Amino acid sequence: MTAETTAAPTGTSSRGSRLLGVVTLAGLALVVVLAFVATAADTDMGESVRLIYVHVPVVTAAYLGILATTVGSIMFLWKRSEWWDLVAASSAEVSAVFMGLTLVVGMIWGKPTWGVYWVWDARLTSTLVLFLLLLGYQAVRRTSVDPLVRGKRSAIVGLLLLPNVVIVNRSVEWWRSLHQEPTLLRLDPTIEGLQLFTLVLAIAVATLLLGWLVIHRFRLAWLQDQVDRRWLVDAIDERRAEVPA
Amino acid sequence: MWSTVTSRRRRGRTVFRDAALVAGKDLRIELRSRVGLNQVLPLAVLMLVLFAFALDPDTGVLERATPGLFWVAVLLCGLLAVQRAFAIEVADGVTDSLRLSALDPGAVFLGKAAAVGLQLLVLQALLLAGVIVLYDAAPSGWPLLAATCLVATVGIAGAGTLYGVLAAGVRVRETLLPLLLLPVLAPVLLAATRAFEAGFDGRSGEGWPWVGLLAAFALVYIVAGLFGFGALLEES
Repeated sequence: MTAETTAAPTGTSSRGSRLLGVVTLAGLALVVVLAFVATAADTDMGESVRLIYVHVPVVTAAYLGILATTVGSIMFLWKRSEWWDLVAASSAEVSAVFMGLTLVVGMIWGKPTWGVYWVWDARLTSTLVLFLLLLGYQAVRRTSVDPLVRGKRSAIVGLLLLPNVVIVNRSVEWWRSLHQEPTLLRLDPTIEGLQLFTLVLAIAVATLLLGWLVIHRFRLAWLQDQVDRRWLVDAIDERRAEVPA
Repeated sequence: MWSTVTSRRRRGRTVFRDAALVAGKDLRIELRSRVGLNQVLPLAVLMLVLFAFALDPDTGVLERATPGLFWVAVLLCGLLAVQRAFAIEVADGVTDSLRLSALDPGAVFLGKAAAVGLQLLVLQALLLAGVIVLYDAAPSGWPLLAATCLVATVGIAGAGTLYGVLAAGVRVRETLLPLLLLPVLAPVLLAATRAFEAGFDGRSGEGWPWVGLLAAFALVYIVAGLFGFGALLEES
């Protein structure tokens, strides 16, 4: 048992993650002030433009997390190490939350801006399918306690996440363009100055937040695996002790 | 050099022979147990009846929705075929025998996918007859319809077999498989429905690009299955 030789941590935080947490929280506070107080309302969209400072950063961070899941899945299939498996799983879980948030915030923004909560646009539809695929990934994670079995199954699902999204996105885009749908009003990159700075800062902070959450989720998952393994070893020792010499 | 070429060729031949063996086994079990014939095919007809109840046939909605309903029925019944294909493996620990049989895992994948695909084609033939009789559909572009069915079937069978083996060893497989497989098959539903719409309206030319998309999907999953199936079979 090599795992037992390492010092047993008592929590999921370390000096590095505490520092990251403080920076993230300070960044979040700054983004809130900038997004809600300092920046002006949009001439077209009014106050609802402020949701962009949540929507775009959250979805960017979610995609970064999914990229980490894909890399983790590939590395697990190659190296068969628990470390990469847990990287893939932790980032998939946090990304699923971020994706859900993206969909909800997007719908809240869509109602006043487009007049509807939902349109069958390629980007929206593929985001929704991706969210469902991430929920499927979570379900696969819970099917086995054996780390190797669990790792192999979820690595295949994790590996196929991105190709699936690309296929869905292409097919929906094609479908809508064949139907000659009017193109939707999109947020053109016409923002500048303080608005642009706020958006870029918010993206950076959301990425830090994702990293912070993934680190803690990873350490929690690792500890959980150690406990599971320890439980089995203890149970075997107990049974051995029962046998009369 | 020559020896590697011939050995590779021999290996390729073995893969197809092994795949035919596995497919033959699955289809023989199916012929003898008649689960597909006695349960899945009647369910497909039942779905057509339910769709007609949900969408009033007199308003023209049913007629316009026919291609989509056809493919929804194929997907849902196909899900049962995939589930059945792995239920027969898990039941008596056949998976272990398959692993011990020294068959190439890629060949097992191809064989199981071929058996599922053949059942899906029978199902589609019945459903097509069903929509012509019950929904008064008048398909015209037959080459397009046949190509769509064939290519979509390869995609559904390929993805279904890959996710099927993944869910096979799991206690909650009946609920896990639809959650994993149906979002993945969403592009197949979309593309096959558009191709059928074009075929039903006599605008075949517009349908062929969708067949291309279906072919790309099928290719992705056949390749993923050939390489991923072995690792998953070990653990199911």
